[in-house]
Amino acid sequence: MAEAPFRVPPALDETNEFFWTSGADGRLRFARCQGCGYYLHPLSPRCPRCGDSDVEPEPVSGRGVVHSFTINHQSWDGSPEPYVIAIVELDEQPGLRLTTNIIDVAPDDVAIDQEVEVAFEQRDTIFWPLFKPVAP
Amino acid sequence: MTDFERRSIISGIGQSAIGRRLNRTGIDLTIEAALEAVADAGLTLADIDGIATYPGGGGPAGPDFSGPGTPEVQDCLRLQVNWHTGGIEGPAQLAAIVNAMLAVGAGLANHVLVYRTVTEATGQGAGGRKGIGSGGDMASGIGGSMQWTIPFRAYSAANWLALNAQRHFHTYGTTREQLGMIAVNARRNAALNPKAVYRDPMSLDDYLAARMISTPFGLFDCDAPVDGSTAIIVSRADHASGLDHPAVGFEAVGTALRGRPSWDQFDDLTTMAARDAADHLWTRTDLRPADVDVAELYDGFSFLALTWLESLGFCAKGEGGPFIEGGERIALDGEIPLNTHGGQLSGGRLHGFGFVHEACLQLRGEAGERQVAGAEVAAVANGGGPIAGAMLLTKC
Repeated sequence: MAEAPFRVPPALDETNEFFWTSGADGRLRFARCQGCGYYLHPLSPRCPRCGDSDVEPEPVSGRGVVHSFTINHQSWDGSPEPYVIAIVELDEQPGLRLTTNIIDVAPDDVAIDQEVEVAFEQRDTIFWPLFKPVAP
Repeated sequence: MTDFERRSIISGIGQSAIGRRLNRTGIDLTIEAALEAVADAGLTLADIDGIATYPGGGGPAGPDFSGPGTPEVQDCLRLQVNWHTGGIEGPAQLAAIVNAMLAVGAGLANHVLVYRTVTEATGQGAGGRKGIGSGGDMASGIGGSMQWTIPFRAYSAANWLALNAQRHFHTYGTTREQLGMIAVNARRNAALNPKAVYRDPMSLDDYLAARMISTPFGLFDCDAPVDGSTAIIVSRADHASGLDHPAVGFEAVGTALRGRPSWDQFDDLTTMAARDAADHLWTRTDLRPADVDVAELYDGFSFLALTWLESLGFCAKGEGGPFIEGGERIALDGEIPLNTHGGQLSGGRLHGFGFVHEACLQLRGEAGERQVAGAEVAAVANGGGPIAGAMLLTKC
């Protein structure tokens, strides 16, 4: 098992703590409008679709598809290993996306439209929502 | 009512020495460029009553990226200004120029010094190009919009824009062999520009053989950090008659941002904000893409020039790859000469304003060996990802 790579952590505040600690129970959460059901990412205090201000974190399935990806080769942080950065679009809502890493797969085997599911990487109290291919 | 674009002109241009590591300060380079621009405009420092830059002092990215702020430049030149501004929010680097146009158009100023200065090559030192936070300087955590990219080791715009490019490749079948012609064309033009930093010949094979940075971007898809400053003077339109060279007019600006201002939530990754700025531009002019003689389109990464070509309508959306394939259409003698000075890929990363400077040279007929004969209309575009601005400039 390769050593966990260097990662810059998020700076937690009252708007993002729910997101970055959500993986503690294994589930990914997004803010959701309680009026119309629209997911808001990043969190904002007012639903841009219906105007409701009742917005609460809610768990999602954690499944989505690779919308785009890149295999990084430049050793920005000292690690020589290529790794995959991707934008994953969640199944719950068109356009609900996360920039993330695809893990547990050879970089060359990642493809756009590939089905993936969340796999958290924990450091201290923070759970990075990474994604891995859905087992066939 | 006259469009505000008609109320001002570019009366003068200036540019400092440009180099990979000049070991000169940003303020020193800025003064060199500013004095040249003021003299070129037929003015003295006493005539300058406005100042603007992008982004200027105090930004989070540090002074080598941001350049000196307007207070520092104002004080050094002892300018007495009626209006002054800087900042990073707006239609890309062109925001500083649009702000100057607005100030002149509104009567707040007569002659505005606008500049953009970078010392990123000296700032980089002897090491490689850095990513944001990759050196451990953000170990306490990153907030704001960058919390959505940096913690996933997406440290650089090379990563963020590679995601855009890969989506374009997937959607439209664009290839590295096609994209490479942006870089090859830039190098070909740089050979004719004495101030360009990379002038040795480069073939498509050379491009393809370079090491990968972040797929589909190789080394030559990424621009070259340099030190340098570019300055222009935005003056009242009636100053045109006082010049000993043609004035450069503003035909139209494109400043719109309609998609979500976000790297990963923007609706169409294959266009990003270039689409909105370009659409806006064409609503403010009767000219059409076929009327444009030269295109100076931001190439911080090769792919950005491709998206600008599509967004501005020089080819259809998604057809940028076939359009640039082989490079004939974008060559100096092609249907739309692109980045005639070598762009940022080979000319050096002057961060937006290099394109404005080159457009002015072309329209004034002062571009030397790389002059496009009879150039009367130039398209200039700055920015990438969720940040974009565009202009049409004309020979007055």
